[in-house]
Amino acid sequence: MASPAAAAPPSASRKGLVALAAAVALLPLALPNNYTYEVAIVVGLNAIVCVGLNLLIGYAGQISLGHAGFFGLGAYGTAILAARYGWPTPASLAASVAAVALLAWAIGRPILRLKGHALAMATLGMGIIVSVVIATEDGYTGGPDGMSVPPLGFAGFVLAGERAWYWVVAGLLVATVWLAQNLIDSPRGRAWRALHGSEVAASAIGIDPARHKLSAFVLSAALAAFAGALTAHYSGFITPAKASFLHSIELVTMVVFGGMASSMGAVVGAAVLTTLPQLLTVFKEFEMVMLGAVLMLTMIFMPQGLVPTLGRALAAARGRPR
Amino acid sequence: MLLRAEDLAKRFGGVHAVQDVSFELAPGTVHAIIGPNGAGKTTLLNLLTGIYLPSAGRVFLDGRELTGQPPHRFAAAGIGRTFQNLQIFFNMSALENVMAGRWLHEGAGFAVSALRLPQLARAERRCRSEALSLLELVGLARWADAASDAMPYGALKRLEIARALAAEPKMLLLDEPAAGLNPTETHEIDRLIRELASRGITIVLVEHNMKLVMGVSGHVIVLDEGRKLAEGEPRAVSADPRVIEAYLGEEVH
Repeated sequence: MASPAAAAPPSASRKGLVALAAAVALLPLALPNNYTYEVAIVVGLNAIVCVGLNLLIGYAGQISLGHAGFFGLGAYGTAILAARYGWPTPASLAASVAAVALLAWAIGRPILRLKGHALAMATLGMGIIVSVVIATEDGYTGGPDGMSVPPLGFAGFVLAGERAWYWVVAGLLVATVWLAQNLIDSPRGRAWRALHGSEVAASAIGIDPARHKLSAFVLSAALAAFAGALTAHYSGFITPAKASFLHSIELVTMVVFGGMASSMGAVVGAAVLTTLPQLLTVFKEFEMVMLGAVLMLTMIFMPQGLVPTLGRALAAARGRPR
Repeated sequence: MLLRAEDLAKRFGGVHAVQDVSFELAPGTVHAIIGPNGAGKTTLLNLLTGIYLPSAGRVFLDGRELTGQPPHRFAAAGIGRTFQNLQIFFNMSALENVMAGRWLHEGAGFAVSALRLPQLARAERRCRSEALSLLELVGLARWADAASDAMPYGALKRLEIARALAAEPKMLLLDEPAAGLNPTETHEIDRLIRELASRGITIVLVEHNMKLVMGVSGHVIVLDEGRKLAEGEPRAVSADPRVIEAYLGEEVH
C-alpha cells in the first residue's frame, strides 16, 4: 500500500504539510534581522499565489499568463476602498477578494473554452488590460507613481512589525497548503487532474470540463487577490509593477520551477525565485534574464520541476520502484 | 428499448462519415458494431456519447432525448465508454483513475472537501474500496497503486473499462477493446464482456476481431461507408451476401 503513486497519496501530502509547518515555525531562528523577515514575508505571500496558481496549471492543466492582474486587482481593490472610501481594512480586503473572484468567474466563463496557446494569449491579454487600467486610472490608483495603503487593522488593533506579519503570513500559508491539499485529494481534485489527463475521458465519466476549469481558475484568482491585498497592506505602498505582465511570468516560473502538480513545489519555487534576486542584488539588471534562464533550464533538465524531481530521485535512491 | 438512434448523420466538410443510421438497442444484450475500416464506427460511437453533434438525427436513452447535450450529460444519463486510442489519466495512479470514474456518485461539497470533514473521509474510503473491487473485477488488483504511465498496454485497456464501470453506466460502449492485444489478453476481454453482460450492463462493442464479436454478441450492426448495411443475429449477418461483399471489397482495394 505504501508504494508511491503518480500523485502523492494523502499520507505523503500530510508529511509535506508537517514539514512545511515545521519549516515556517523554525525559520525565525535563522532570520537575523528585519530585512530577512521582510524577504520571508514576501516569500510567503508569493507562495500563497503559487499554491493557488498550481491548482490551475499543475492540477487542472490550464495556463494563465495573467495572474498578476488578479494579484494587482486584489491589492488595488483593498487599497482604494480603504484609502479613498475609508472602509475598515478587513472589510476592504474581503470585498476586494470577493470582487476579484466574481470578475475571474465572469472572465473565465468565455476564455476557458479556449485551449493551449489560445488560452495563454487570452489570459495574457486580460493581464495587460488590468495593468493598463491600473496605470492610467490615476484618479483612483495614483497611476504609475503608485499609492499608499493603510495598514491592516480593526478596532484599535493594527497589524504592524515584521515579526507579527511573519506569523500571520506563515499561518495563512500553511492553511492555504492544507486547504489546497485537501481539495487535491478529494473528488474535486481528481476531477481537476482528470481534465489535465484527458478532457474527453473526463467528460465521458460525467465531469463537466467548463465547470471544473472555472472553479480552479476562480479559486486561483481569489488566492492571488488575497495575497495581493495582504501585500498591499503589508508594504503600505503599491505600484502597477505588481500587476504587470512580468510579474505574471515570474509567478508561472515559480510554479514550473518548483514543480507542477506539487503544492510543496509551488512553495519551494516561490521561496527560491523570491530570495535569489535578493541574494544576487549585483545582477539586479539581469533579473529577467535570470528568470528566463531558470525557466529554460527547468524545462530542459527537469520538466517535472524541482520538488517532484528530487522526490523521484530520493525514492530511486531508496530502491523503491517508481 | 434502452437506446434509440434516429436517422443519425455526421458530415465532415463534404465527407459523409455517417448517414441515415437508425437502430434500437435492447437492454441487457451485447451489441456489436462492425464494418470495414472507415465505415464510420468510431464516428457513430462519438455521436452516441455526445462528443460529436450530429448533422442530422436524434439519440434517445430510455425514451429521453439526449441530442445536443454535452458529453458529460450523456455520461450522467448512463452511457459510459472506452476509447480506441487510450485516454488514460496518466497523471494519476491506476486506483485514482478508477476513483475519478466515481465522480457522478460523489456528492461532497466544496467546503466539505477543502476542510476534509469526516463525511468526506468516509466517502473517500468507500470510493476507494469500490474502485479496488472494480480493479479486481478487471484483473488489475495488483496494479492499484502503480503509476498508470508505468503500466503495460493490455492492462491500460482494462483500466479504461474499470474507470468506465465506476460510473455505473446502464450502457457501456467499448471501442476496440481487443485491438493490439495478444490471444490471452483477448480471451480476458471476452470473459470480462460476458461477466458484465451477466450483471445486466448493456454492452456496445466496436471490434475488428470477428471471433470475439461473433462469440459474445447477440445483435450485430454492420456499417459500410457510413450507412447501415445489415443488422441482426451474428449468424444471419455473417451469411448476408452484402456483408460478405463489403468485407471482400475491402480486401480487393
